[in-house]
Amino acid sequence: MTKQQTRQTPADRATTLGLRLLNAASALPVMSDPKVRKRVEKFLYNGTRTGFKAETVARKTFKKVSGGGNAPARAKTTKPKQVFDLTPTDDQQMIQEAARELAATVLRPAAQDADAARVVPDSVKEQASELGLALLGVPDELGGIAEERSAVTGVLVTEALAHGDIGLAAALLAPAAVATAIANYGDADQQATYLPAFTEDEQPPHAALAIQEPQPLFDALAPKTTGTISGDQLTLNGTKALVANAPEAALFVVSATIDGTARLVIVEPGLDGLTTEEDPAMGVRAAATSRLNLENVVVPKANILGTAEDHVDAVRRARLGWAAAAVGGAQAALDQLIPYVKERKAFGEPIAYRQAVAFTIADIAIELDGLRLVVLRAASRLDAGQDASHQIAHARQLASTYATQIGSHAVQLLGGHGYIKEYPNERWYRDLRGTGVLEGTLLV
Amino acid sequence: MINLETPKKFVPLVKQAASVADTVLRPISRKYDLAEHEYPKELDLMSAVIDGMNDSGGQGAGATSASQLSDEDKAADTVKNGGNMASLLSILETCRGDVGLTLTMPRQGLGNAAIAAVANADQKKRYANRWAAMAITEPEVGSDAAAIRTTAELDGDHYVLNGEKIYVTAGERADLVVVWASLDLSIGRAAIKSFVVDRSNPGMKLERLEHKLGIRASDTAAFKLDNCRVPKEDLLGSPEIETKAGFGGAMQTFDNTRPLVAAMALGVTRACLDLTTELLAKEGVEVDPDRPAHVQHAAAARLIQLEADYEAAYLLAVRAAWMADNGKPNSVEASMAKAKAGRTGVNVAFACVELAGATGYGERELLEKWARDAKILDIFEGTQQIQQLVIARRLLELSSSQLK
Repeated sequence: MTKQQTRQTPADRATTLGLRLLNAASALPVMSDPKVRKRVEKFLYNGTRTGFKAETVARKTFKKVSGGGNAPARAKTTKPKQVFDLTPTDDQQMIQEAARELAATVLRPAAQDADAARVVPDSVKEQASELGLALLGVPDELGGIAEERSAVTGVLVTEALAHGDIGLAAALLAPAAVATAIANYGDADQQATYLPAFTEDEQPPHAALAIQEPQPLFDALAPKTTGTISGDQLTLNGTKALVANAPEAALFVVSATIDGTARLVIVEPGLDGLTTEEDPAMGVRAAATSRLNLENVVVPKANILGTAEDHVDAVRRARLGWAAAAVGGAQAALDQLIPYVKERKAFGEPIAYRQAVAFTIADIAIELDGLRLVVLRAASRLDAGQDASHQIAHARQLASTYATQIGSHAVQLLGGHGYIKEYPNERWYRDLRGTGVLEGTLLV
Repeated sequence: MINLETPKKFVPLVKQAASVADTVLRPISRKYDLAEHEYPKELDLMSAVIDGMNDSGGQGAGATSASQLSDEDKAADTVKNGGNMASLLSILETCRGDVGLTLTMPRQGLGNAAIAAVANADQKKRYANRWAAMAITEPEVGSDAAAIRTTAELDGDHYVLNGEKIYVTAGERADLVVVWASLDLSIGRAAIKSFVVDRSNPGMKLERLEHKLGIRASDTAAFKLDNCRVPKEDLLGSPEIETKAGFGGAMQTFDNTRPLVAAMALGVTRACLDLTTELLAKEGVEVDPDRPAHVQHAAAARLIQLEADYEAAYLLAVRAAWMADNGKPNSVEASMAKAKAGRTGVNVAFACVELAGATGYGERELLEKWARDAKILDIFEGTQQIQQLVIARRLLELSSSQLK
């Protein structure tokens, strides 16, 4: 029976994830490759440097730094590929393995309490920061770990973490979305001002990509939040909904319609007219969703981040991130349902012997794999610099239809047991519905 | 490195198959839908075209190039895109042209795929350039293929086959028929073997041709095997009854053919989506992938849904072929591909009929025909429900006596 284990706080664990990873990684044959080895070392260095401090960085001040008029550094796109292949690179397999380990040993055990309390425990934050998640999309030369910009790596990591818990995954990946956005869309000044907090601080600050708004039929390409330019200043007005942990964020990237076009804007907390309020939702509760109200918030015009195309790119990459989270969550459900239906008996035999149950399992597996492949195709197209807008629309559509259905099946197959909090199924039900609805927060 | 685009080396093949679809098949599509059982003589020349495609890059079109991996291929440590994927991609295109006509393309039968999958080198040489149909189903036996009643008895240098076979696609037109028969009815599935029977064999009599809902360009034959003597070298795979290996050779065929039937369904689905998108565009309906479906025209929102299912089905099929090309066991993935593509084909075709209204339901366009054609693809080579059984048994690790 896959009853949830007696809960153990992550802090109880004697060995740290980083060291466990060290053991696992050393045994891999790929470690004989000096290039891979160097990158693993950087990975582990990050973890060790971060240490195990419980300190939580709530807000911080960003000193404006000039990038010296240089061209901004960008993570390179990957080289075009010739062969259809579903094998992740050695680097990707390593990061994926580390993320899976974190998901299984840290996120899953902490998930139920985090969902109830709507908070990410400090111990989870610490162990997650060892992985340097915030730096996945930040290029080498800016202090990150991305040699090549890779949405594929992003979706693999998101899927792996979401297998542990979608809410915690969203909370932990939220700062990465902002760091990646600044690395990829920012000019040299913006990069120099904001990225060091993510690359140099012991524990990266919390940050949130705030795209979503509360109104029904919300269209991310036409936000009702507006930005009005006057001289060197930009005045923002509007409401952002379901923002990951807004009260604790040290930095926001929000979307707003400026001169008729949707754009991204960097907003630091503490400004007049910028307020947050609780915005709890059905699921993804560990991410402590909040409203972010902007009432005549004035920021420098120079805070506009990237171009109008970059805004569209961010919207797409966020949707892809949620679809990847759907893959992880749905896989978690399937992995639990398979042993459950073989053990649970009704009418004198395991319910798995009935086609109605077995075919539901088959359908979950089919739709889950379909979604996963579309997510991977979209990501690999992004990495190759190809248009992925259709694949991302498809991934979102499939997540919205099938991941939600899988969440429903996951409760249905357990019947009453699925409905009570003894099992994670009711949480998957709530979280998976979110994956085709939510905008922003993630970015791969 | 993860990449799910069409491999560059197959692009010329796909383009050739696409032009066959558009210039040869599509223009005669309605003609042979109306003239059921009439031989599409236009296709005689197709053999030459397909041979040309096969020889142009060493990568094949049609069903014949789906095959096992050679031992050298297995030894090499690089990722391969091979014959299974090439077949899948070209069949998808020709079925976008017309699925019935593709099924009756000379020398591209599912029997050819079966031969490619399990025949030994000598047999492959012997059957080269011959068109092979596949005969499994019997009047009393469909999905439960292990229960077939046709028998094969060894008599000197020959097997003597007795029984009845129905639903033999291209059975009338093919040169060879791959017939499933049991060496010993008391043993069950392990005793089932496939035999290559020459169409000229006097012991195999054509009983009738069926009249069907769709794929009417393709003949569907019924045969009677009456003391049909088959040389014993024409048994495919091992002649021994290996109870452990189970269905072995015979069932192995499905791992290669199911992704191809998925490709057929994908071709019909693609045809429906392309035409419907074009028809709707004339009515001012355009799809914007970046805007939420619910703020667009309802027809555009529906198209996004249908395209999403197509894309998932397409990638599931290519994955199954990719696995076969790289020597990875792919039974579950082949079934997933077939299940998803089969149901997607029917759903999409019916949705497109609905979206196009009278134009969709009427015979002036081909949408109504594609909706009729699509249904068989969710049935033959294992119905939707058989695929679900295969997948569920494997995932749940249950036997056929536990999960019936």
